[in-house]
Amino acid sequence: MDDVLQIEPLAGRRFAATGIALEPAPFCERFSLRAGPEEVAEVGKEIGIALPVKPKSSKTLKKISALWLGPDEWLIMAAPETGLSAKMSKLDGTLCSAVDVSHRNTAIYVEGPNALAVLNAGCPQNLSLTAFPKGACSRTIIGKSEIILLRESPERFRVECWRSFSDYVWNFLVDAGKSAQI
Amino acid sequence: MLLIQCPYCQEDRPEIEFQGAGEAHIARPANIADISDAEFSEYFFIRDNTKGIVFERWRHTHGCGRFFNAVRNSISDKFIMTYKAGEPKPELTEEQIKAAAPISKKPAADKPEPSPSKAEKAK
Repeated sequence: MDDVLQIEPLAGRRFAATGIALEPAPFCERFSLRAGPEEVAEVGKEIGIALPVKPKSSKTLKKISALWLGPDEWLIMAAPETGLSAKMSKLDGTLCSAVDVSHRNTAIYVEGPNALAVLNAGCPQNLSLTAFPKGACSRTIIGKSEIILLRESPERFRVECWRSFSDYVWNFLVDAGKSAQI
Repeated sequence: MLLIQCPYCQEDRPEIEFQGAGEAHIARPANIADISDAEFSEYFFIRDNTKGIVFERWRHTHGCGRFFNAVRNSISDKFIMTYKAGEPKPELTEEQIKAAAPISKKPAADKPEPSPSKAEKAK
């Protein structure tokens, strides 16, 4: 990935209000992984992280995260220094599909005691700690844009969205953040 | 907002994450190249459009992305059940059908509408 331009469409943006802070996440490598039930274990072994098979669950190990998106679909994310693409190339020969989507997505951290209210301004899912505990992840919607939501801690969420929608998602969260403090 | 049970995510999720995809259990003819235009149009275009209990395909587009099947009452818009794609058409119990029936606004059939009074007829 050394020779690849690291696109950060939200670079330099910051927002903070009462009980809420927004911050663009640093660039990371992402893979869209598809594999059938018979290959799950083998794929997990090759990339060094057991893929979660429970709906809405994720697993993080040595800075690599695997997010369950569907019964045969995962999003694998890792910081550039972990060499995720080298690990992924080991899958050559295994029946699966791994597509580099590092530049398709970007991410925003939503943090603070009001994070839940800000996200629920546009996300229809139940984000209470019982329904969406720490480590839970799901593809869902915010406003008019599709996102992948990951709860890193009770008050910290990672919002993955498509790069071209990131301006919309950011402004949506800022608007929600402004009204959350009223 | 309507909540729909996704058989793959195994929980109720908001309607906005889903898309309807038409009637379910329509098998593509195995001899598709041999059938006549009339038979093809019957398979491809003609749908039952039942009023009442319908079997439909739905897709959890903004979720797990999977197609699944649902049984729904098209009058009351209530979902009776959902099941994974490829599973056979389920048998419905009387209670399930009753629970999804719309609340009737019309008076019951055994109580006829009151006929106009003699005074009104005289006018």
